[in-house]
Amino acid sequence: MSIKDKEFVILVGPSGCGKSTVLRMIAGLEDITKGEIFIEDNKVNDIPPKDRDIAMVFQSYALYPHMTVFENMSFGLRLRKFSKENIKDRVQEAAKVLGISELLDRRPKQLSGGQRQRVAMGRAIVRNPKVFLFDEPLSNLDAKMRGQMRIEIKRVHQHLNTTTIYVTHDQVEAMTLADRVVVMKNGKIEQIGSPDEIYNKPATGFVAGFIGSPSMNFISCKIEKSSQGFLAKITDDIFFAIKQDKSKMLSKYANKTLLLGIRPEHISENKQNGALKIEAKLDIVEPLGMETMVYFSINNSQICGKVSPDNTIKNGKVITLYLDSLNFHFIDPKTDIVL
Amino acid sequence: MLITALKTNKEIAEMATNPWLIKQGITFEHFNYLFTKTPFLTFFKNTIIVTISVVIITMIISVLAAYSLSRLKFWGSGVLATGIFLTYLVPETLLFIPLFKIVGWLGLLNSYWVLVLVYPTLSVPFCTWLMIGYFSSIPKEIDEAALIDGANHMQMLLKVFIPVAMPGLIAATIFAFTVSWAGFLYPLAFIYSESEMVLTVGTVTTLIKGDVFHWGGLMAGALLAAAPPVIIYAFLMDYYIAGLTSGATKG
Repeated sequence: MSIKDKEFVILVGPSGCGKSTVLRMIAGLEDITKGEIFIEDNKVNDIPPKDRDIAMVFQSYALYPHMTVFENMSFGLRLRKFSKENIKDRVQEAAKVLGISELLDRRPKQLSGGQRQRVAMGRAIVRNPKVFLFDEPLSNLDAKMRGQMRIEIKRVHQHLNTTTIYVTHDQVEAMTLADRVVVMKNGKIEQIGSPDEIYNKPATGFVAGFIGSPSMNFISCKIEKSSQGFLAKITDDIFFAIKQDKSKMLSKYANKTLLLGIRPEHISENKQNGALKIEAKLDIVEPLGMETMVYFSINNSQICGKVSPDNTIKNGKVITLYLDSLNFHFIDPKTDIVL
Repeated sequence: MLITALKTNKEIAEMATNPWLIKQGITFEHFNYLFTKTPFLTFFKNTIIVTISVVIITMIISVLAAYSLSRLKFWGSGVLATGIFLTYLVPETLLFIPLFKIVGWLGLLNSYWVLVLVYPTLSVPFCTWLMIGYFSSIPKEIDEAALIDGANHMQMLLKVFIPVAMPGLIAATIFAFTVSWAGFLYPLAFIYSESEMVLTVGTVTTLIKGDVFHWGGLMAGALLAAAPPVIIYAFLMDYYIAGLTSGATKG
């Protein structure tokens, strides 16, 4: 894959999928067994980290404990023999951007998690590198701080416009920060696309299930030929006609079983045109305030739906729900590809 | 030690008196004797030269060794680290006989420089092992951050590892200091001229004449010899044993 200048790219995937390893290879901290990495037009496979013109922010911040914030941020510049005034200007500029100007004399242990994270970012910013690498920078922060720092990172990126590669397992960060998202699984790229594409047009069943919270529901259904075209049959009672535009693609799956993917947010109690109507006996109801999650079963698979808050819905009640057929995804269970 | 050093010889010899009390007046005659009639100051000077040299040699070798053994993973580094510690377990009483032949062959017998050569065989393995532990406790991300910041191995060692592992460095220094300051067997075996002797052996050989023990002088010498380690223990320890590593990573 290639990353454009000034782009914000996020590598996302479950733990152990190799996203951090990719980042560490770009940084030069991990040896490359096969393949090539270029920064601009230079092949960097055998170039040591310090000469790659990159800066990295670590999950654990990795601040130097014996140095003040100022010394931490200026360490790289001092090693590169920048002049004292230049170092001071750059550090103060970066500190201003991050709002840590008054902390420059403190040591890391006197800082809170969010402040340490800012210092770690500051250390990257002062160098003004070609590429920023972020390795799960927010995963050590609490939920509230994470939200703040996410906005902060976005603001800093808009301000500096430096190419950024960011690794996370948090899909909210991926969706909100990225220009492009790379979804990885077992060391392979599953899909590259804008957050919108990843969400609305997932390429594989894995991507469809990984992005979105609660995750997409999968129901097995059988494709059958009928007089008007093709039918997708979930049970004997629940079936629907496949639209013209999709019927050609699905024709070769006649009499075969496919997975039907539908997101919880596309299941609602409001009647819509072309929606598939089902009667659902609710197993579990979770009122969340601004919405209510309902769980029910079709074909032995548990389905989750997001409905408007309504305190009359109780466990065991049978309600009518509509599945938005515009947002159906058909997945070949053998290849995991979304058709 | 202090009380006996201040007693007169007569009072020391009287078995009937309370050993904790000075009844016949304080005297500095033992200190006077020590400084004027014995080469005590030579012993002191020799000990200081030996100890400072040993501490410097030990710290340079063990810090470099510990850094490479804990961070530069090369073939056999794990085995080597364990092997270094094992050499420390060989007792000096077993080593001084073969060492005698070696230092004799080197022409260093009866010179305090022999101690500068042999003490590191005790202090380097232990200090290396101690520093490996301290260096290994420094999170790996810190060296990676330094690597990306543009540090080479020497800069990383001097500007990051040594300051962060300062408590360990102090502990190792104190150990090396103790080994060479208080060593008895090697100077006893290798040195026999008074001008080359160190405090431990020198005090004993000049103040025990056959079966006559100059208790007052011995105690005064022991007191003065014990003072530097006590001072160093008291000051250095408290100074740096504050948790310097806290706050390096999450926490």
